Amino acid sequence: MIIGDSKPLEEILEMIEGRDKVLVLGCRGCVTVCNVGGEKEVGILASALRIARKKEGQPPSVEEMTIERQCDPEYIEELAEVAEEYDAIVSIACGVGPQFVSERYPLVAVFPGINTTFMGGATEHGVWVERCQSCGNCLVHNFGGLCPIARCSKSLMNGPCGGSASGNCEISKDVPCVWHQIVDKMAAMGRLQELETVWPNKNWLTSRDGGPRTRVREDLKQ
Amino acid sequence: MRLQYPTNVRVIQLPCSGRVDILHLLRAFEDGADGVYVAGCMEGDCHFLTGNLKAARKVEYVKTVLSELGIEPERMEMFNMSSAEGPRFAEVAQEFTQAIKELGPSPVPAAQAA
Amino acid sequence: MKAGSNLEKMLTAGHFAVTGELGPPQGNDAEEVRHKASYLKGIVESVNITDNQTAVVRMASWAACKILIDEGLEPNYQMVCRDRNRLALMADILGATALGIKNVLCLSGDHQRFGDHPEGKNVYDLDSVQLLATFKKMRDEKKFLNDKDLEGAPELFIGAASNPFADPFEYRVHRLAKKIAAGADFIQTQCIYNMDKFREFMKQTVDMGLHEKCYILAGITPMKSVGMANYMAKFVPGMDVPAEIVQRLKGVDKKDQGAEGIKIAIEQIEEMKEMEGVAGVHVMAIEWEHRAKEVIEGAGLLPRPTLD
Repeated sequence: MIIGDSKPLEEILEMIEGRDKVLVLGCRGCVTVCNVGGEKEVGILASALRIARKKEGQPPSVEEMTIERQCDPEYIEELAEVAEEYDAIVSIACGVGPQFVSERYPLVAVFPGINTTFMGGATEHGVWVERCQSCGNCLVHNFGGLCPIARCSKSLMNGPCGGSASGNCEISKDVPCVWHQIVDKMAAMGRLQELETVWPNKNWLTSRDGGPRTRVREDLKQ
Repeated sequence: MRLQYPTNVRVIQLPCSGRVDILHLLRAFEDGADGVYVAGCMEGDCHFLTGNLKAARKVEYVKTVLSELGIEPERMEMFNMSSAEGPRFAEVAQEFTQAIKELGPSPVPAAQAA
Repeated sequence: MKAGSNLEKMLTAGHFAVTGELGPPQGNDAEEVRHKASYLKGIVESVNITDNQTAVVRMASWAACKILIDEGLEPNYQMVCRDRNRLALMADILGATALGIKNVLCLSGDHQRFGDHPEGKNVYDLDSVQLLATFKKMRDEKKFLNDKDLEGAPELFIGAASNPFADPFEYRVHRLAKKIAAGADFIQTQCIYNMDKFREFMKQTVDMGLHEKCYILAGITPMKSVGMANYMAKFVPGMDVPAEIVQRLKGVDKKDQGAEGIKIAIEQIEEMKEMEGVAGVHVMAIEWEHRAKEVIEGAGLLPRPTLD
């Protein structure tokens, strides 16, 4: 899923300064699962914003709403009746949310309430790790099921580099060296010789480097 | 025991301190509470094993929110005490009330209707 | 001959080769490059010119290489994959060879988080192994990565680095093999202090016959002080400094620690000269260029053999 992190309250307060009627808009997709942008977090952020406004003697008009997904026009449509009543909408979905909302309601000021950080999963409750960089051409099966593009600090396809020490990456003792893990995993599977292949230069056209990506499924289009 | 504790303390009972929610705590401040504390069982004595530890982490979270909002984080505390310690409960209520009195009223005005 | 550089000729002739290293200044002072180079002239076959080493911005490696050429020295142009994509890497090697540069060392590069601009974006379009393959293709097939013909192909003696002390140790020699398969003509290793581990690494290398496919130069960096030894041991990733080295330096007066460090380096080189598979040494006297001669001379490697 897409993992996010709340923006500092100070930054959000600065965004909505001078805007009386505010809507905090949550999303029941990824950000609900990673506890940063669901109904619960909408309540917490809205409450904090109201506290801040009351403290400054301002009208605490901060309302709450959570929709199924902010990355699908049909759910964004649910705002049609109310969107223009607000002086600001703070979307706490991933970066897609504020864009879809502002594209649909171009006259409303929409602000991002979270920072979208990465694509990953939870290794335990409250801990998320990056696993994918959406390079557009998955190769993980060649590397023991571990992605060197997303998980090696240098995205090396022919690692590990000379900075790998005691299982950790040279950038930090808190970052495991994925290439060390790849070597161990391939060895355990008896497939170490497969790593002898010199991986040629990667085609990054399918990645962000090829420009913004669009995917079309003709069979689904209406 | 008929122990006296300050009348300004409003007790909200929960089955376990672990049931407390960040939102409950924030709402209290939003409504103008000058201070909020969570009274949980002694560490290691939770009937549900870790309820009081979880409560303590939520209290820490709310403290950081208060700090970010420019409100003294000391207005939010966690205390651990045994349910067999009535006098300790009264004592904490008095101490916390005193600490909040020293801080003065919350910068968030109390709800109009209250 | 692939490039006909001094380094290539010396190695091909079977002499025990010596290379040096020079870090360009954090500014545009050409005189500083000339000054450092003057200490290395005549005592090494060629001099590695680092490329934004430790991710700290310095004078461009190719430019410092050109200054060395003008001073009558031969440079080894170090190139890291961190700062340039394939377009820039290929463009730079064409420019570098046009300026007379004949040796190149292909590196991944230290992550920029270590350096003086940690907020920067890295590139890593290619990795060091792919960079080797790219340059080999440009030289041997006279083609760009896109298979289009070059109008004038670079003549290059292509090098790569190997760190025998990084983890996982058992895999190190296999990665060395990959670099050789990709196109490395010569290898320069990370600074060696743990001789036992290096001997084991070389044994594996020889057992796999890799020393017959490329020239391996052992990395030597004389310790200036106990402080430097401790720093290297604790803070430089992938560096293996055994406690005996630190103890030995501690055993002498502070003012004599530098001399002791040089003595250790000389003893290491003496052993390297006899070690199967080691074709030479790469002496990296970091910010200590003026003492490099003591190390090389002390190891009986001067004067350098003359080439026809």
